[in-house]
Amino acid sequence: MNHDSYPENYIRGILKSVKIIAMVGASANEVRPSNLVMKYLQGKGYEVIPVNPLIAGQSLLGQTVYASLSNIPKPVDLVDIFRNSEAAAAVVAEALTLDPLPSVIWMQLSVRNDEAARMAEAAGLRVVMNRCPKIEYGKLSGEWAWVGGNSGIISSRRQHMHENGRMQSLGLGAKPTAG
Amino acid sequence: MTDRQPGFDTLAIHAGASPDPATGARVTPIYQTTAFVFEDVKHASDLFALRAFGNIYTRIMNPTQAVLEAKVAALEGGTAALATASGHAAQMLVFHTLMQPGDEFVAVRQLYGGSINQFSHSFKSFGWHVVWADAEDISSIEKALSPKTKAIFIESIANPGGRITDIAAVSRIAKAAGVPLIVDNTLATPYLCKPIEHGANVVVHSLTKFMGGHGNSMGGAIVDAGNFDWSKSGKYPLLSEPNDSYHGMKFHETFGGIAFAIACRVLGLRDLGPAISPQNAFYILTGMETLGLRMQRHCDNALKVAEWLTQNPKVAWVNYAGLPNDAHHALHKKYAPRGAGAVFTFGLKGGYEAGVKVVSSVKLLSHLANVGDTRSLIIHPASTTHSQLTPDQLKKAGATPDVVRLSIGIEDVEDIIADLDQAIG
Repeated sequence: MNHDSYPENYIRGILKSVKIIAMVGASANEVRPSNLVMKYLQGKGYEVIPVNPLIAGQSLLGQTVYASLSNIPKPVDLVDIFRNSEAAAAVVAEALTLDPLPSVIWMQLSVRNDEAARMAEAAGLRVVMNRCPKIEYGKLSGEWAWVGGNSGIISSRRQHMHENGRMQSLGLGAKPTAG
Repeated sequence: MTDRQPGFDTLAIHAGASPDPATGARVTPIYQTTAFVFEDVKHASDLFALRAFGNIYTRIMNPTQAVLEAKVAALEGGTAALATASGHAAQMLVFHTLMQPGDEFVAVRQLYGGSINQFSHSFKSFGWHVVWADAEDISSIEKALSPKTKAIFIESIANPGGRITDIAAVSRIAKAAGVPLIVDNTLATPYLCKPIEHGANVVVHSLTKFMGGHGNSMGGAIVDAGNFDWSKSGKYPLLSEPNDSYHGMKFHETFGGIAFAIACRVLGLRDLGPAISPQNAFYILTGMETLGLRMQRHCDNALKVAEWLTQNPKVAWVNYAGLPNDAHHALHKKYAPRGAGAVFTFGLKGGYEAGVKVVSSVKLLSHLANVGDTRSLIIHPASTTHSQLTPDQLKKAGATPDVVRLSIGIEDVEDIIADLDQAIG
């Protein structure tokens, strides 16, 4: 995978297929980016499990915070990394010890570690780097235009209201596909 | 494998615009509403705290406006855009986000008279000080910098003479100084020139002009290039420091590449209020669908008119960068190869009186204060758009008393020329 530029369908496929996200580097501070992203993803129907040793055991947005990925008592589909590029390597290494393996490693904006990406892809995982799932979901659903954002996507297909039925919430259309 | 990138004309029509999910309406509805219902209290609080995307109140955002913004951002190659009531309003919000009282910014003199007034008068009363430089002498921009400088401002194709600015050269100075380069791209539009490709950090528009293109709606826009580090120098506290009205949120940290556009919206637009009307947003986004077609015709017509003027014995000089002998011809080829724009000036040998006679005698061209309409327009800047300038400012702005400014429209060019012919007499 060319990590400089992802095809729209690659990102869409990931966001439509995952259900449980482990967010490494989650923050209890309501104005920190990770907190905003967690809230947004929850609103779109994902279960987001926060990981942060500094606040382990606390409740964050209705979820128990875990000290590390390995402590999470259920399988996760996607590991979302809110750490710097160097720290990402250790997170990926830990993710690759999980059983079952997650299907996706996702590194946030400005986080990029090509070596860690290679290791994850060699184990059969999909990898996304230097992207934010809130922004990508916003672009694919059409909500990004609500802040005047340039999604780079044009489509003659109608936008989809989110299946949660809430007002002013767009979704990716249809039910998540398996795998 | 990367996705195919749509071309300019495709983006002009489709960017930002998908069929309405509730009704299937293909064309963007005009959401002529001031407010929007919340799902519940939590939803409302999330919207106000910027935790959720969505609509609250048309002073801050509106779905018709959103389509316009996404379209402008896409055409300019920016990350996000904000539409405003006018180009002046766009400029006010840009500087409101960047400047604190006592700060300076450098602007070249080769600007639309309205910008010169705004900078010289109303901005001064806010404590924002303009330091003038000369686009014809790039070193003058560097010399105008000081530790208080927060931005540099230029026009890509300048009003009234259609002079073309060396954007990349100014961008180098801005980068070295650690300040953003703001480019007013009104007369060029992204069809002719994309300032972001040449280093612009913020692009502004009067959408009233060529973008809307039909002379029917006031509007402005700010485009965020997403390429400036607002936190690095500490000069832009509204972007880099915790904001009290958003519980300590730091805009650049939270919003990254769209931080500037967001800050202009949720701080400046929120508090100062120059919102575009949904109706105007609709007219402008509709006009933009034909931007490519129109701009090419505007430029092709303008070149033919300029060529005809050079042959007219009563014409003393013509300023049009599309003419091969023009001093800015090389800049035109570099920055706006598809066309040198449609706004340019000429001088009549009969001076001021001859200029007044021409604007009073036209029957097809319209004598009015505007540019960028389907209709060809003519004006005498010294007595109108630039009339509040001093003689020295007039000279520096290219609007001396003999100057007649044209904004060539998309009528049949033979008719435009015939009207000028009889009016010049």
